[in-house]
Amino acid sequence: MTTTGQRSTGTVPSPTRAALLVVEGLWAWYRRNWRSTVISTLVQPALFLVALGLGFGSQVEPGPATGGLPYVQFLAPALLAATLMQTATFESTYPILSAFKWQRTYWAVVATPISAAQLLAGQLTWLAARLAFTAVAFLAVSAALGAVAGPGFLLAVVFSLITGLACGAPIVAYAATIESEGQQFNVIFRFIVLPMMMFSGTFFPVEQLPGWVQPVVWLTPLWHGTELCRGVTLGTLGALPALGHLLYLLALLGVGAYLARRNFVRRLEV
Amino acid sequence: MVGDGALVRARGLGKRFGDFEAVKGIDLEVRPGEAFGFLGPNGAGKSSTMRMISCVSPRTGGELTVLGMDPDRAGPRIRARLGVVPQQDNLDTELTVRQNLHVYGRYFGLSKAHVRARAEELLDFAQLTERADDEVEPLSGGMKRRLTIARSLINDPELLLLDEPTTGLDPQARHLLWDRLFRLKQQGVTLIVTTHYMDEAEQLCDRLVVMDGGRIVAEGSPGELISRHATREVLELRFAPGAQAAAEPSVVDLAERVEVLPDRLLLYTGDGESALKAAHDRGVVPVSSLVRRATLEDVFLRLTGRTLVD
Repeated sequence: MTTTGQRSTGTVPSPTRAALLVVEGLWAWYRRNWRSTVISTLVQPALFLVALGLGFGSQVEPGPATGGLPYVQFLAPALLAATLMQTATFESTYPILSAFKWQRTYWAVVATPISAAQLLAGQLTWLAARLAFTAVAFLAVSAALGAVAGPGFLLAVVFSLITGLACGAPIVAYAATIESEGQQFNVIFRFIVLPMMMFSGTFFPVEQLPGWVQPVVWLTPLWHGTELCRGVTLGTLGALPALGHLLYLLALLGVGAYLARRNFVRRLEV
Repeated sequence: MVGDGALVRARGLGKRFGDFEAVKGIDLEVRPGEAFGFLGPNGAGKSSTMRMISCVSPRTGGELTVLGMDPDRAGPRIRARLGVVPQQDNLDTELTVRQNLHVYGRYFGLSKAHVRARAEELLDFAQLTERADDEVEPLSGGMKRRLTIARSLINDPELLLLDEPTTGLDPQARHLLWDRLFRLKQQGVTLIVTTHYMDEAEQLCDRLVVMDGGRIVAEGSPGELISRHATREVLELRFAPGAQAAAEPSVVDLAERVEVLPDRLLLYTGDGESALKAAHDRGVVPVSSLVRRATLEDVFLRLTGRTLVD
């Protein structure tokens, strides 16, 4: 045990190491509690693929709208993007609020040599890892159901990850400001996530929507993600549109991360 | 002790949140090996001061050095060598007891092997070895508190900061916790404790400051403060609420000082029994009476005109 004059064993980890130590802590939680995430990670996308892709899709003739592919193959890359958007949204709401308010674990972290900014970097890195597991699980389920149209699907995994982070980072920033019990999150789930899922081209091409709705759709990150993921899988993605979609998502991610960092520091280091 | 050896030194230290001034320029010094206390009611500025010393809350006025360094410039380096027990437990309740120690130790850049070995020592110290593999959630308040203290020791801190360590615990759990803290003190760990319990301050602290409204109103050892600001004994005369004021004029000359509380009179005197007898002789009939030793509670009452725990 400590005695007078003895030097503490504590050191200051480098900023990168600090963020990775935060990831390590969250991983310890995941290793113990991953079972509770299986439904949303694996079962729900599988049900969607079976019910809509194979079931409903059996009634859809492959045609120009599906790129000449069976509906399930048309659906899968877009559903990947939508699944990651959903997972990212959920992971960026209650778990963040809880770490500030209910469990207060963030306050424990910033009492160590790790700073609020490093804590956020770790939290976002963890979000990326968590989304990567989900994407790989989705890939496996899709392959098993014959829903993978081609090798382009592997790039779709990367694009879906960026889509998820672009949706998650701004919500992390918002969650960091919430002092209440998080009723606001239901508004996000009902009025942002659900409509985005329905009308961003996941299940049918957005060209089917009335013309005046389309500019609204173009603002949603999921539409950009869907265009990227489906385009790269079907081989219809042009270089310039791809760049545009990617820049939009990266900008959203950048702004979200910047605001999240500011809000973490404001709340934890006052 | 030479001034240069101080682990914490504050001069005119202040903390302002917008228009609210939580800490209004305090001076203090904490020396190696001592148990130093902040005693005061809720809202006195104790926790704000602790957060500044913990290097998580930047000061808005004055000077502060912790372990000889300025928190504004060396926050992470100072925090690496501190142990912090916050007012509200912030354990990860979905991890096991042992995992909480492992994960936390890693934040201090400690190796996995070191953290594992140290965790076993601390589980033993906190009497939690049998619960090591249990999830934290169902543990009792006292056990969670002991785990929080064990966790704060994972980096062998040179200075341990405890914010209201026993608030909300039952008497048995408090005594067990005090015993553990006393052992740390004997091992030479420097402790800083905030509390609004005068018995806790008397049990643990070698030296303390009394805080009220963001200021330090007195400083000294518990014994010094009592002899300076109170008498040796206190006679408490309890009345039906309201009746105490009527009795005050009859006893006011029996003591050096009389405090009027909502349900009782406190007579500060060197000899409580004689004062009680004199009061009876004058026909004062309280519901009950008690002669006791003066405590820090009396010091606080004297200095601020209010009680510590409302």
